[in-house]
Amino acid sequence: MRWLLVAIMVAATVLSDLLQSHEMKRAGEQSVGARGLARLLRAIVERRFLMLAIGCMAVSFFSFMALIRSEPLSFAVPASAASFVLETVLAKLVLRERIGVRRGAGALIVLAGVVLVGG
Amino acid sequence: MKAGLLKTYLILALFIAQKAAGNLSLAWGMKRLPSNPGANPLLYLRAMFDPFVAAGIATLILALLTRMVLLSLADLSFVLPVTAIGYAVAAFLGKMVLHETVTGRRWAGTFLICIGAALVGSTSRSTTAPATVGDTP
Repeated sequence: MRWLLVAIMVAATVLSDLLQSHEMKRAGEQSVGARGLARLLRAIVERRFLMLAIGCMAVSFFSFMALIRSEPLSFAVPASAASFVLETVLAKLVLRERIGVRRGAGALIVLAGVVLVGG
Repeated sequence: MKAGLLKTYLILALFIAQKAAGNLSLAWGMKRLPSNPGANPLLYLRAMFDPFVAAGIATLILALLTRMVLLSLADLSFVLPVTAIGYAVAAFLGKMVLHETVTGRRWAGTFLICIGAALVGSTSRSTTAPATVGDTP
């Protein structure tokens, strides 16, 4: 059961972030002022993939809640960091982002740090 | 520093601050509750009326919107590692404000996150061109 919850959480996180990144790039540069946030909220309502991303985020959140009810936090947090690697690979393959050696190495060092913090 | 780059780093700092403040307020509010909610969803709903929990949730919603703005400016593979600095801020605030015990292993992890984030932060924030505002949904 624990690995099923981890799989659901990671898959939902990855899907949510990929959809958010793709749609926010399409929506163009946004801002954080009152008018900017109003425009962002309108974009969320109008773009169904952003709504889907928020739905995925909710699935990920509730999977995490279910996971920490039965498993120690020291397992749940590092396990959730698995999405980090998958997302970086998919950002290259799906979103066509250029991940050089420095960015790839930095992401791996951060991943190691997250695992240590959660452990 | 170019205006676009400055804007990205300012929004990044805002997101990390919102996330840290939201989590801190949420943790503070949950620890103040008279009883452990356990698995009872009604007690979680009641907890949301605690002013610290409510403020924490509102701040985390703002942080979510700020992260979406950040994703309109920078790559996902850039945003993911640099926002992990939040783990370091959480460890620091947990120690200083909530008086939590932070182990050596956790400080080592925090140090690695900062090194990795600095490395990623030194790369180009966006390798794909964002669309112009108002692009069709």
